[in-house]
Amino acid sequence: MINFHALNTIHLNSGQKIAIKYFSMAIVIFVVQIIFGILAGTQFNNPEFLYQIIDFNVNRMVHINAMIIWLLYGFIGSVYWLIEDEAKTELVGKKLANFGFWILTIAVLIVVLVFLFIQDGEGSHASIWLINEGREYIEAPRWADIGIVFVMLIFFYNIYATFIKGKWSGIAGVLVLDLAALAGVYLAGMFYSDNISMDQFWWWWVVHLWVEATWEVLVGCIMAWVLMKTINASRRIVTTWLYIEVTLMLGSGILGLGHHYFWIGTPEYWLTIGGFFSALEPIPLVAMLVHAIYDSGVKNFKSTNNPALAWLIAHAFGNFFGAGVWGFFQTLPQINLYTHGTQWTASHGHLAFFGAYATINIAMFYMAIQAWRGNIHMGSSLIDNGWKWKTSLTLLNIGIVGMTIAMLIAGYKQSFIERAVEGSTWSGYFKAQSDPSFMLAMDWRMTFGWIMALGLIILIWDLITIGSHSEMKNNKSKLLST
Amino acid sequence: MIKKDEIVWWASENFWKKSAIFITGFMILVLVLLTFDTVDKITVGSKRVPAYTVINNQIDYKYNKTRNMFEPVIGSESPLFGNILTTEEAEDLINLGKLTIQAKNCMNCHTLLGNGAYYAPDLTKAWLDPGWGAKSVRETLMLNFLMDPENNARTFGTNRKMPNLGLTEAEAKSIIAYLKWMSSIDTNGFPTNFRTIKQ
Repeated sequence: MINFHALNTIHLNSGQKIAIKYFSMAIVIFVVQIIFGILAGTQFNNPEFLYQIIDFNVNRMVHINAMIIWLLYGFIGSVYWLIEDEAKTELVGKKLANFGFWILTIAVLIVVLVFLFIQDGEGSHASIWLINEGREYIEAPRWADIGIVFVMLIFFYNIYATFIKGKWSGIAGVLVLDLAALAGVYLAGMFYSDNISMDQFWWWWVVHLWVEATWEVLVGCIMAWVLMKTINASRRIVTTWLYIEVTLMLGSGILGLGHHYFWIGTPEYWLTIGGFFSALEPIPLVAMLVHAIYDSGVKNFKSTNNPALAWLIAHAFGNFFGAGVWGFFQTLPQINLYTHGTQWTASHGHLAFFGAYATINIAMFYMAIQAWRGNIHMGSSLIDNGWKWKTSLTLLNIGIVGMTIAMLIAGYKQSFIERAVEGSTWSGYFKAQSDPSFMLAMDWRMTFGWIMALGLIILIWDLITIGSHSEMKNNKSKLLST
Repeated sequence: MIKKDEIVWWASENFWKKSAIFITGFMILVLVLLTFDTVDKITVGSKRVPAYTVINNQIDYKYNKTRNMFEPVIGSESPLFGNILTTEEAEDLINLGKLTIQAKNCMNCHTLLGNGAYYAPDLTKAWLDPGWGAKSVRETLMLNFLMDPENNARTFGTNRKMPNLGLTEAEAKSIIAYLKWMSSIDTNGFPTNFRTIKQ
């Protein structure tokens, strides 16, 4: 009985066996993201640190790309995790899914090594194809773009074909269409233009239509499935909510794209369209919040997997505040004129990405570890009261909220001094950067960054140990539904 | 357990499924139509995004009372580095500038049109920045700075310095050309209240 709760893939279906590879890699890249965030943050306050060795642009690039990639790994893993359960059949292309995983992982490794050791190139197409595309969030060189599209096509085929072979559902329909859109919009970022207005116009198709549309719908699908599993929510209710979310999300988010078209050379009508529709973007997030909290409340917050449920609640709040409220703060053009490209954006970006996406991936990690150990009960029976997951959840969330507030204060100062008073000149920029309260806020940002790092260490420790034999009060599976 | 026929229409799965399809479809259609119009209006040589030969002219940035916003003003001939460029020459130069800006990963320290990272100043109107002192020395100062940013650091009292990116002279000049061209784009008044170098 000693190894009863050891990790054993015998407990997993074939989709889940692939999912745990994606999840494991996601955690590794999450660690990379935090390390490079700390390096970039340290450099922000102490510019001599690693100067001319790994400069800020390299650290920051690895930081934000690691974030995008680990979240993607988490999403792909999550979908592979739920596919067989949802489609009620075996995954169609197991070998193909494995092949996709290794292609993506090798590509990511090469890209990171090139980012770190070659860093930049001469002004030529060869540099863009082989080293660095130099466009925020999608810096991966063009060869890697092609690899990403190839892997996404494998992924899309696998999911689509499995649903076709098995059982179709509302979640399946939304998921398949969303994945097609997610892969499709990436193509918009795969060309070169010497015209920066054109470049940024299409670049936002990828960045915005991923993070403010297709990713949101994707996490809506994951959330719907997880709520059925953790708190036994009714399929009819979660599916109806999913449709409501899609209606509101894409109804506001597609034209909400316009809030990125205020100042890049695009016509003035985007000020109205972007301002109006992006102001509506928080509404679906309210719907998602109400849905998750209401459904959990109906079940008295009793679940078979408390850490996963807690992270889902963190997701609902984080998505609403980070993406919704923090986005709304500065989405109207009259305000955005002063806040665009300041620490306001960094504040919003940190809380939104963590709140909307990191949280739900962590919830899925806990779902995975639960099944991987033999579908154990992770409700209230954890032997140490689950102090590790509770501590890591607290530290990670205090860390991100602290960083967000610190950067918001810095953002207020920056938009006031640099933008409003100094009229955005270079001297105005540096005046704001060397303002004592700006600098103090950035010091606090670092403190909270370290708190997050500590939270991440405990999270990993918890994921490795939670539900193992020694951690359980008893080793009998006690599923809520049974 | 609520029976299916007891559910009001506005709370039914079917109603929201149809809403999701129609509303998403409609929004995509509107976005596609607007995209056609926008792409046309931001093509190089349009009113908002001038032809690359604009670098042969003086560029200023002034408040327009009617529009209630700042906008670029294209002035008389004022060649960059003393050379009037043909359309092809200007295109080649701007193309090299853009490739260099991407290959050197400028956007992960600076912002361009306000997008990018926040470690270094926004470059949207860098060409017009009063920090270059006077028009007569601007090109030389910019060139020296880009070629050797460590020894010509413009830190304004901070110690945040640009690293040496190993730019060739041709690449550095092309970046300057790019910054000059970028300052001529009509950005709907961003940045606002900007005080330009003395014209």
